[in-house]
Amino acid sequence: MNELIAWITEPAHWTGSDGIPIRLIEHLQLSGASVLVALLIAVPLGAYVGHTGRLTLFAVTIANIGRAMPTLALLVIFLPFILRAGLGLGFWPTFLPLVLLGIPPILVNTYVGIAEVDTDVQESARGVGMSEMQILRRVELPLAVPAISAGIRTASVQVIATATLGALVASGGLGRYVIDGIALQDNARLIVGAVLIALFALGVDRILGIVETRLAPPGAVAGQLSQGAAPSNP
Amino acid sequence: MREGEPLIEWDWIVRNGDLIIGRLVQHIGLTLIAVGVGLAISFALALLVYRRRSLYPPLTGIAATLYTIPSIALFAVLTPITGFGSILTAEIALVGYTLLILLRNIVSGLDGVPADVREAASAMGYSRWQQLWRVELPIALPLIIAGVRVATVTTVGLVTVAAVIGQGGLGQLILSGLRSFFATPTYVGAFLSLALAFAFDFALIKLQRLLTPWAAGRLRNS
Repeated sequence: MNELIAWITEPAHWTGSDGIPIRLIEHLQLSGASVLVALLIAVPLGAYVGHTGRLTLFAVTIANIGRAMPTLALLVIFLPFILRAGLGLGFWPTFLPLVLLGIPPILVNTYVGIAEVDTDVQESARGVGMSEMQILRRVELPLAVPAISAGIRTASVQVIATATLGALVASGGLGRYVIDGIALQDNARLIVGAVLIALFALGVDRILGIVETRLAPPGAVAGQLSQGAAPSNP
Repeated sequence: MREGEPLIEWDWIVRNGDLIIGRLVQHIGLTLIAVGVGLAISFALALLVYRRRSLYPPLTGIAATLYTIPSIALFAVLTPITGFGSILTAEIALVGYTLLILLRNIVSGLDGVPADVREAASAMGYSRWQQLWRVELPIALPLIIAGVRVATVTTVGLVTVAAVIGQGGLGQLILSGLRSFFATPTYVGAFLSLALAFAFDFALIKLQRLLTPWAAGRLRNS
Protein backbone atom coordinates (compact mmCIF):
# COMPACT_ATOMS: atom_id res chain seq x y z
CA MET A 1 0.00 0.00 0.00
CA ASN A 2 2.83 2.38 0.92
CA GLU A 3 4.48 1.43 -2.35
CA LEU A 4 1.33 2.43 -4.20
CA ILE A 5 1.09 5.82 -2.50
CA ALA A 6 4.77 6.41 -3.15
CA TRP A 7 4.27 5.56 -6.82
CA ILE A 8 1.28 7.84 -7.27
CA THR A 9 2.76 10.77 -5.38
CA GLU A 10 6.08 10.57 -7.25
CA PRO A 11 6.10 13.78 -9.35
CA ALA A 12 8.02 12.05 -12.16
CA HIS A 13 4.96 9.87 -12.77
CA TRP A 14 2.85 12.91 -13.55
CA THR A 15 4.99 14.51 -16.22
CA GLY A 16 6.62 13.58 -19.51
CA SER A 17 5.62 11.07 -22.17
CA ASP A 18 5.15 8.24 -19.64
CA GLY A 19 3.25 10.43 -17.16
CA ILE A 20 -0.30 9.65 -16.11
CA PRO A 21 -1.92 12.67 -17.88
CA ILE A 22 -0.30 11.86 -21.23
CA ARG A 23 -1.16 8.15 -20.97
CA LEU A 24 -4.75 9.04 -20.11
CA ILE A 25 -5.04 11.38 -23.10
CA GLU A 26 -3.49 8.76 -25.40
CA HIS A 27 -5.99 6.20 -24.16
CA LEU A 28 -8.87 8.61 -24.70
CA GLN A 29 -7.72 9.59 -28.20
CA LEU A 30 -7.16 6.03 -29.30
CA SER A 31 -10.52 4.77 -27.98
CA GLY A 32 -12.40 7.89 -29.08
CA ALA A 33 -11.10 7.73 -32.65
CA SER A 34 -11.84 4.01 -32.89
CA VAL A 35 -15.42 4.31 -31.64
CA LEU A 36 -16.04 7.28 -33.93
CA VAL A 37 -14.88 5.43 -37.04
CA ALA A 38 -16.80 2.30 -35.97
CA LEU A 39 -19.87 4.50 -35.59
CA LEU A 40 -19.48 5.99 -39.07
CA ILE A 41 -19.36 2.49 -40.55
CA ALA A 42 -21.88 0.67 -38.36
CA VAL A 43 -24.77 3.15 -38.19
CA PRO A 44 -25.34 3.56 -41.97
CA LEU A 45 -24.89 -0.18 -42.49
CA GLY A 46 -27.22 -1.04 -39.59
CA ALA A 47 -29.77 1.49 -40.82
CA TYR A 48 -29.71 -0.05 -44.29
CA VAL A 49 -30.13 -3.58 -42.95
CA GLY A 50 -32.82 -2.54 -40.47
CA HIS A 51 -34.83 -0.52 -42.97
CA THR A 52 -34.69 -2.84 -45.96
CA GLY A 53 -34.46 -6.17 -44.16
CA ARG A 54 -31.71 -7.13 -46.61
CA LEU A 55 -28.39 -8.59 -45.46
CA THR A 56 -29.91 -9.58 -42.11
CA LEU A 57 -27.99 -12.84 -42.06
CA PHE A 58 -24.79 -10.89 -42.72
CA ALA A 59 -25.43 -8.61 -39.74
CA VAL A 60 -26.24 -11.51 -37.43
CA THR A 61 -23.12 -13.38 -38.55
CA ILE A 62 -20.93 -10.33 -37.94
CA ALA A 63 -22.45 -10.03 -34.47
CA ASN A 64 -21.85 -13.67 -33.60
CA ILE A 65 -18.28 -13.67 -34.83
CA GLY A 66 -17.72 -10.38 -33.04
CA ARG A 67 -18.90 -11.91 -29.80
CA ALA A 68 -16.87 -15.09 -30.11
CA MET A 69 -13.69 -13.44 -31.40
CA PRO A 70 -11.11 -13.20 -28.62
CA THR A 71 -10.02 -9.57 -28.37
CA LEU A 72 -6.40 -10.62 -28.01
CA ALA A 73 -6.64 -12.56 -31.27
CA LEU A 74 -8.29 -9.64 -33.03
CA LEU A 75 -5.38 -7.47 -32.04
CA VAL A 76 -2.76 -9.87 -33.27
CA ILE A 77 -4.42 -11.32 -36.35
CA PHE A 78 -4.00 -8.18 -38.45
CA LEU A 79 -0.50 -7.41 -37.26
CA PRO A 80 1.35 -9.17 -40.10
CA PHE A 81 -0.75 -7.34 -42.71
CA ILE A 82 -0.27 -3.97 -41.04
CA LEU A 83 3.46 -4.54 -40.81
CA ARG A 84 3.62 -5.64 -44.45
CA ALA A 85 1.75 -2.51 -45.43
CA GLY A 86 4.56 -0.58 -43.74
CA LEU A 87 2.34 1.10 -41.13
CA GLY A 88 4.63 0.06 -38.26
CA LEU A 89 3.93 -0.76 -34.64
CA GLY A 90 2.04 1.42 -32.19
CA PHE A 91 -1.04 3.31 -33.40
CA TRP A 92 -2.25 1.41 -36.48
CA PRO A 93 -2.05 -2.18 -35.17
CA THR A 94 -4.18 -1.05 -32.22
CA PHE A 95 -6.54 1.36 -33.98
CA LEU A 96 -7.71 -0.94 -36.79
CA PRO A 97 -8.66 -3.91 -34.55
CA LEU A 98 -10.40 -1.53 -32.16
CA VAL A 99 -12.54 -0.18 -35.01
CA LEU A 100 -13.48 -3.74 -35.97
CA LEU A 101 -14.24 -4.52 -32.33
CA GLY A 102 -16.51 -1.48 -32.05
CA ILE A 103 -18.58 -2.28 -35.14
CA PRO A 104 -20.65 -5.36 -34.07
CA PRO A 105 -22.44 -3.94 -31.00
CA ILE A 106 -23.32 -0.68 -32.81
CA LEU A 107 -24.32 -2.48 -36.01
CA VAL A 108 -26.59 -4.95 -34.22
CA ASN A 109 -28.24 -2.36 -32.01
CA THR A 110 -28.87 0.00 -34.94
CA TYR A 111 -30.30 -2.82 -37.00
CA VAL A 112 -32.48 -4.17 -34.18
CA GLY A 113 -33.55 -0.67 -33.09
CA ILE A 114 -34.74 0.20 -36.59
CA ALA A 115 -36.22 -3.18 -37.42
CA GLU A 116 -38.28 -3.02 -34.21
CA VAL A 117 -39.98 0.26 -35.08
CA ASP A 118 -43.68 -0.51 -35.16
CA THR A 119 -44.94 -1.35 -38.66
CA ASP A 120 -47.96 0.88 -37.99
CA VAL A 121 -45.64 3.82 -37.42
CA GLN A 122 -43.82 3.03 -40.67
CA GLU A 123 -47.10 2.70 -42.58
CA SER A 124 -48.43 6.01 -41.27
CA ALA A 125 -45.21 7.73 -42.27
CA ARG A 126 -45.62 6.27 -45.75
CA GLY A 127 -49.29 7.28 -45.65
CA VAL A 128 -48.48 10.96 -45.08
CA GLY A 129 -46.26 10.82 -48.16
CA MET A 130 -42.77 10.49 -46.74
CA SER A 131 -40.10 9.01 -48.98
CA GLU A 132 -38.17 5.95 -47.79
CA MET A 133 -35.18 8.13 -46.93
CA GLN A 134 -37.40 10.52 -44.96
CA ILE A 135 -38.97 7.64 -43.07
CA LEU A 136 -35.53 6.37 -42.15
CA ARG A 137 -34.14 9.75 -41.13
CA ARG A 138 -37.12 11.39 -39.49
CA VAL A 139 -38.99 8.45 -38.02
CA GLU A 140 -36.96 5.29 -37.65
CA LEU A 141 -33.54 6.67 -36.68
CA PRO A 142 -34.90 8.93 -33.91
CA LEU A 143 -36.93 6.05 -32.50
CA ALA A 144 -33.86 3.83 -32.61
CA VAL A 145 -31.67 6.34 -30.74
CA PRO A 146 -31.92 4.57 -27.36
CA ALA A 147 -30.88 1.27 -28.92
CA ILE A 148 -28.08 2.86 -30.93
CA SER A 149 -26.68 4.72 -27.94
CA ALA A 150 -26.79 1.52 -25.88
CA GLY A 151 -24.71 -0.08 -28.64
CA ILE A 152 -22.25 2.81 -28.59
CA ARG A 153 -21.95 2.42 -24.83
CA THR A 154 -21.17 -1.30 -25.09
CA ALA A 155 -18.69 -0.64 -27.89
CA SER A 156 -16.96 2.17 -25.97
CA VAL A 157 -16.41 0.12 -22.83
CA GLN A 158 -15.07 -2.77 -24.89
CA VAL A 159 -12.78 -0.56 -26.92
CA ILE A 160 -11.41 1.13 -23.79
CA ALA A 161 -10.73 -2.27 -22.24
CA THR A 162 -9.06 -3.63 -25.34
CA ALA A 163 -7.01 -0.49 -25.98
CA THR A 164 -5.12 -1.65 -22.89
CA LEU A 165 -3.88 -4.68 -24.80
CA GLY A 166 -2.56 -2.33 -27.46
CA ALA A 167 0.47 -1.87 -25.23
CA LEU A 168 1.51 -5.35 -26.37
CA VAL A 169 2.01 -3.98 -29.88
CA ALA A 170 3.85 -0.89 -28.64
CA SER A 171 0.85 1.41 -28.46
CA GLY A 172 0.61 4.11 -25.77
CA GLY A 173 -2.25 4.62 -23.35
CA LEU A 174 -2.82 3.35 -19.82
CA GLY A 175 -2.13 -0.22 -20.91
CA ARG A 176 1.56 0.64 -20.87
CA TYR A 177 1.54 0.64 -17.05
CA VAL A 178 -0.06 -2.80 -16.91
CA ILE A 179 2.08 -4.44 -19.58
CA ASP A 180 5.31 -2.76 -18.42
CA GLY A 181 4.37 -3.46 -14.80
CA ILE A 182 4.13 -7.16 -15.59
CA ALA A 183 7.37 -7.13 -17.59
CA LEU A 184 9.30 -5.21 -14.91
CA GLN A 185 7.57 -7.04 -12.03
CA ASP A 186 6.67 -3.60 -10.70
CA ASN A 187 3.46 -4.21 -8.78
CA ALA A 188 2.81 -0.58 -7.93
CA ARG A 189 2.88 0.44 -11.60
CA LEU A 190 0.73 -2.56 -12.52
CA ILE A 191 -1.94 -1.84 -9.91
CA VAL A 192 -2.09 1.91 -10.54
CA GLY A 193 -2.50 1.23 -14.27
CA ALA A 194 -5.17 -1.39 -13.72
CA VAL A 195 -7.15 0.77 -11.31
CA LEU A 196 -6.96 3.79 -13.64
CA ILE A 197 -8.23 1.69 -16.56
CA ALA A 198 -11.05 0.27 -14.47
CA LEU A 199 -12.08 3.72 -13.24
CA PHE A 200 -11.84 5.09 -16.78
CA ALA A 201 -14.08 2.32 -18.18
CA LEU A 202 -16.60 2.62 -15.33
CA GLY A 203 -16.64 6.41 -15.67
CA VAL A 204 -17.26 6.36 -19.42
CA ASP A 205 -19.97 3.72 -18.93
CA ARG A 206 -21.76 5.91 -16.38
CA ILE A 207 -21.45 9.08 -18.46
CA LEU A 208 -22.75 7.37 -21.60
CA GLY A 209 -25.54 5.87 -19.50
CA ILE A 210 -26.65 9.38 -18.58
CA VAL A 211 -26.29 10.60 -22.20
CA GLU A 212 -28.34 7.59 -23.31
CA THR A 213 -31.23 8.59 -21.04
CA ARG A 214 -31.07 12.25 -22.16
CA LEU A 215 -30.96 11.48 -25.88
CA ALA A 216 -34.05 9.31 -25.92
CA PRO A 217 -36.90 11.11 -27.70
CA PRO A 218 -40.23 11.14 -25.86
CA GLY A 219 -42.03 7.94 -26.70
CA ALA A 220 -38.92 5.81 -27.07
CA VAL A 221 -37.96 3.91 -23.96
CA ALA A 222 -34.38 4.59 -22.92
CA GLY A 223 -32.18 1.65 -22.15
CA GLN A 224 -34.69 -0.81 -23.53
CA LEU A 225 -31.98 -2.71 -25.31
CA SER A 226 -29.00 -1.96 -23.13
CA GLN A 227 -29.60 -5.15 -21.20
CA GLY A 228 -30.50 -7.57 -23.93
CA ALA A 229 -28.33 -6.54 -26.81
CA ALA A 230 -25.12 -8.36 -27.60
CA PRO A 231 -23.21 -8.55 -24.34
CA SER A 232 -19.57 -9.05 -25.08
CA ASN A 233 -16.03 -9.21 -23.82
CA PRO A 234 -15.25 -6.61 -21.26
CA MET B 1 6.90 -10.73 -38.90
CA ARG B 2 10.02 -11.94 -40.64
CA GLU B 3 10.84 -11.03 -44.20
CA GLY B 4 9.50 -13.46 -46.77
CA GLU B 5 7.90 -15.70 -44.18
CA PRO B 6 4.72 -17.45 -45.33
CA LEU B 7 1.62 -16.48 -43.31
CA ILE B 8 1.24 -19.97 -41.92
CA GLU B 9 4.07 -22.50 -41.64
CA TRP B 10 2.25 -25.78 -41.77
CA ASP B 11 5.21 -27.89 -40.69
CA TRP B 12 5.43 -25.85 -37.43
CA ILE B 13 1.87 -26.98 -36.70
CA VAL B 14 2.76 -30.60 -37.42
CA ARG B 15 5.89 -30.44 -35.26
CA ASN B 16 4.09 -28.80 -32.35
CA GLY B 17 0.93 -30.88 -32.31
CA ASP B 18 1.36 -31.87 -28.66
CA LEU B 19 1.88 -28.29 -27.54
CA ILE B 20 -1.20 -27.12 -29.44
CA ILE B 21 -3.40 -29.89 -28.05
CA GLY B 22 -2.08 -29.20 -24.54
CA ARG B 23 -3.03 -25.53 -24.83
CA LEU B 24 -6.43 -26.43 -26.22
CA VAL B 25 -7.12 -28.80 -23.32
CA GLN B 26 -5.99 -26.14 -20.84
CA HIS B 27 -8.29 -23.63 -22.52
CA ILE B 28 -11.26 -25.98 -22.29
CA GLY B 29 -10.46 -26.66 -18.62
CA LEU B 30 -10.23 -22.99 -17.71
CA THR B 31 -13.52 -22.29 -19.49
CA LEU B 32 -15.40 -25.19 -17.90
CA ILE B 33 -14.22 -24.30 -14.38
CA ALA B 34 -15.17 -20.64 -14.86
CA VAL B 35 -18.65 -21.34 -16.23
CA GLY B 36 -19.27 -24.19 -13.75
CA VAL B 37 -18.31 -22.18 -10.67
CA GLY B 38 -20.04 -19.10 -12.09
CA LEU B 39 -23.23 -21.10 -12.59
CA ALA B 40 -23.10 -22.48 -9.04
CA ILE B 41 -22.61 -19.00 -7.54
CA SER B 42 -25.26 -17.40 -9.76
CA PHE B 43 -27.67 -20.16 -8.88
CA ALA B 44 -27.15 -19.62 -5.17
CA LEU B 45 -27.61 -15.88 -5.66
CA ALA B 46 -30.74 -16.44 -7.74
CA LEU B 47 -32.19 -18.57 -4.94
CA LEU B 48 -31.45 -15.73 -2.52
CA VAL B 49 -33.25 -13.34 -4.85
CA TYR B 50 -36.10 -15.85 -5.10
CA ARG B 51 -36.49 -15.57 -1.32
CA ARG B 52 -35.73 -11.87 -0.96
CA ARG B 53 -36.51 -9.84 -4.03
CA SER B 54 -35.03 -6.65 -2.59
CA LEU B 55 -31.56 -8.19 -3.02
CA TYR B 56 -31.83 -8.28 -6.82
CA PRO B 57 -30.97 -4.65 -7.70
CA PRO B 58 -27.86 -4.46 -5.48
CA LEU B 59 -26.62 -7.88 -6.64
CA THR B 60 -27.00 -7.07 -10.34
CA GLY B 61 -25.47 -3.66 -9.66
CA ILE B 62 -22.33 -5.26 -8.24
CA ALA B 63 -22.19 -7.83 -11.03
CA ALA B 64 -22.61 -5.12 -13.68
CA THR B 65 -19.78 -3.05 -12.20
CA LEU B 66 -17.56 -6.12 -12.17
CA TYR B 67 -18.51 -6.82 -15.79
CA THR B 68 -17.47 -3.31 -16.84
CA ILE B 69 -13.94 -3.61 -15.40
CA PRO B 70 -11.59 -4.47 -18.27
CA SER B 71 -10.38 -8.06 -17.95
CA ILE B 72 -6.72 -7.19 -18.24
CA ALA B 73 -7.08 -4.69 -15.39
CA LEU B 74 -8.78 -7.25 -13.15
CA PHE B 75 -6.19 -9.92 -13.94
CA ALA B 76 -3.46 -7.38 -13.25
CA VAL B 77 -4.85 -6.25 -9.89
CA LEU B 78 -5.27 -9.85 -8.71
CA THR B 79 -1.76 -10.90 -9.75
CA PRO B 80 0.15 -9.49 -6.74
CA ILE B 81 -2.44 -11.05 -4.39
CA THR B 82 -2.94 -14.54 -5.82
CA GLY B 83 0.26 -14.88 -7.82
CA PHE B 84 1.44 -14.66 -11.42
CA GLY B 85 0.49 -17.64 -13.53
CA SER B 86 -1.78 -19.19 -10.91
CA ILE B 87 -5.08 -20.71 -12.01
CA LEU B 88 -6.78 -18.94 -9.11
CA THR B 89 -5.85 -15.50 -10.45
CA ALA B 90 -7.35 -16.33 -13.82
CA GLU B 91 -10.44 -18.03 -12.44
CA ILE B 92 -11.46 -15.33 -9.94
CA ALA B 93 -11.71 -12.85 -12.80
CA LEU B 94 -13.25 -15.29 -15.27
CA VAL B 95 -15.92 -16.41 -12.79
CA GLY B 96 -16.64 -12.76 -11.97
CA TYR B 97 -17.48 -12.02 -15.59
CA THR B 98 -20.02 -14.83 -15.88
CA LEU B 99 -22.12 -13.68 -12.92
CA LEU B 100 -24.05 -10.82 -14.51
CA ILE B 101 -25.26 -12.77 -17.52
CA LEU B 102 -26.06 -15.95 -15.58
CA LEU B 103 -27.80 -14.28 -12.64
CA ARG B 104 -29.95 -12.15 -14.92
CA ASN B 105 -30.97 -15.08 -17.08
CA ILE B 106 -31.78 -17.39 -14.16
CA VAL B 107 -33.89 -14.73 -12.45
CA SER B 108 -35.67 -13.71 -15.67
CA GLY B 109 -36.27 -17.38 -16.42
CA LEU B 110 -37.91 -17.90 -13.06
CA ASP B 111 -39.86 -14.65 -13.44
CA GLY B 112 -41.20 -15.88 -16.76
CA VAL B 113 -43.08 -18.79 -15.23
CA PRO B 114 -46.80 -18.05 -15.79
CA ALA B 115 -48.75 -17.32 -12.60
CA ASP B 116 -51.39 -19.98 -13.40
CA VAL B 117 -48.68 -22.62 -13.62
CA ARG B 118 -47.47 -21.66 -10.14
CA GLU B 119 -51.02 -21.71 -8.82
CA ALA B 120 -51.74 -25.07 -10.39
CA ALA B 121 -48.56 -26.48 -8.83
CA SER B 122 -49.40 -25.25 -5.36
CA ALA B 123 -53.01 -26.41 -5.76
CA MET B 124 -51.61 -29.88 -6.48
CA GLY B 125 -49.93 -29.77 -3.09
CA TYR B 126 -46.34 -28.99 -4.18
CA SER B 127 -44.26 -27.38 -1.47
CA ARG B 128 -42.37 -24.23 -2.37
CA TRP B 129 -39.15 -26.22 -2.98
CA GLN B 130 -40.85 -28.91 -5.03
CA GLN B 131 -42.51 -26.20 -7.04
CA LEU B 132 -39.14 -24.60 -7.72
CA TRP B 133 -37.32 -27.80 -8.67
CA ARG B 134 -40.01 -29.68 -10.54
CA VAL B 135 -42.00 -26.91 -12.18
CA GLU B 136 -40.31 -23.53 -12.29
CA LEU B 137 -36.72 -24.53 -13.09
CA PRO B 138 -37.66 -26.77 -16.03
CA ILE B 139 -39.75 -23.94 -17.45
CA ALA B 140 -36.88 -21.49 -16.91
CA LEU B 141 -34.32 -23.86 -18.44
CA PRO B 142 -34.26 -22.49 -22.01
CA LEU B 143 -33.48 -18.99 -20.75
CA ILE B 144 -30.89 -20.31 -18.29
CA ILE B 145 -29.14 -22.23 -21.05
CA ALA B 146 -29.28 -19.15 -23.27
CA GLY B 147 -27.36 -17.37 -20.50
CA VAL B 148 -24.88 -20.22 -20.21
CA ARG B 149 -24.28 -19.98 -23.98
CA VAL B 150 -23.43 -16.28 -23.86
CA ALA B 151 -21.31 -16.74 -20.72
CA THR B 152 -19.39 -19.64 -22.25
CA VAL B 153 -18.66 -17.92 -25.55
CA THR B 154 -17.54 -14.79 -23.70
CA THR B 155 -15.35 -16.83 -21.34
CA VAL B 156 -13.59 -18.62 -24.21
CA GLY B 157 -12.53 -15.21 -25.50
CA LEU B 158 -11.54 -13.89 -22.10
CA VAL B 159 -9.37 -16.90 -21.31
CA THR B 160 -6.99 -15.83 -24.10
CA VAL B 161 -6.40 -12.52 -22.29
CA ALA B 162 -5.24 -14.45 -19.21
CA ALA B 163 -2.13 -15.34 -21.25
CA VAL B 164 -0.80 -11.94 -20.24
CA ILE B 165 -0.68 -13.15 -16.62
CA GLY B 166 0.80 -16.54 -17.51
CA GLN B 167 -2.38 -18.61 -17.92
CA GLY B 168 -4.65 -18.55 -20.88
CA GLY B 169 -4.50 -21.79 -22.86
CA LEU B 170 -4.61 -20.89 -26.54
CA GLY B 171 -3.93 -17.27 -25.59
CA GLN B 172 -0.37 -18.34 -24.83
CA LEU B 173 0.05 -19.42 -28.44
CA ILE B 174 -1.28 -16.07 -29.61
CA LEU B 175 1.00 -14.17 -27.25
CA SER B 176 4.13 -16.22 -27.96
CA GLY B 177 3.59 -15.61 -31.67
CA LEU B 178 3.29 -11.92 -30.99
CA ARG B 179 6.40 -11.79 -28.81
CA SER B 180 8.59 -13.63 -31.31
CA PHE B 181 7.03 -11.96 -34.39
CA PHE B 182 6.16 -15.40 -35.74
CA ALA B 183 2.62 -15.44 -37.11
CA THR B 184 1.83 -19.17 -37.22
CA PRO B 185 1.16 -19.84 -33.50
CA THR B 186 -0.91 -16.67 -33.36
CA TYR B 187 -3.18 -17.78 -36.16
CA VAL B 188 -3.44 -21.30 -34.78
CA GLY B 189 -4.39 -19.93 -31.33
CA ALA B 190 -6.89 -17.45 -32.72
CA PHE B 191 -8.52 -19.94 -35.06
CA LEU B 192 -8.80 -22.66 -32.43
CA SER B 193 -10.28 -20.36 -29.80
CA LEU B 194 -12.84 -19.09 -32.29
CA ALA B 195 -13.65 -22.68 -33.27
CA LEU B 196 -13.88 -23.64 -29.60
CA ALA B 197 -16.39 -20.86 -28.92
CA PHE B 198 -18.62 -22.04 -31.76
CA ALA B 199 -18.24 -25.70 -30.71
CA PHE B 200 -19.34 -24.91 -27.14
CA ASP B 201 -22.25 -22.87 -28.44
CA PHE B 202 -23.36 -25.66 -30.73
CA ALA B 203 -23.05 -28.26 -27.95
CA LEU B 204 -25.16 -26.13 -25.62
CA ILE B 205 -27.88 -25.72 -28.25
CA LYS B 206 -27.96 -29.51 -28.60
CA LEU B 207 -28.05 -29.89 -24.81
CA GLN B 208 -31.00 -27.53 -24.58
CA ARG B 209 -32.96 -29.49 -27.21
CA LEU B 210 -32.21 -32.64 -25.27
CA LEU B 211 -33.24 -31.23 -21.89
CA THR B 212 -36.31 -29.33 -23.02
CA PRO B 213 -37.88 -31.32 -25.85
CA TRP B 214 -41.16 -29.48 -25.29
CA ALA B 215 -39.58 -26.15 -26.18
CA ALA B 216 -38.58 -27.24 -29.70
CA GLY B 217 -38.95 -24.38 -32.10
CA ARG B 218 -39.32 -21.74 -29.42
CA LEU B 219 -36.49 -19.60 -28.09
CA ARG B 220 -34.16 -21.11 -30.64
CA ASN B 221 -32.57 -17.77 -31.35
CA SER B 222 -32.61 -16.27 -27.91
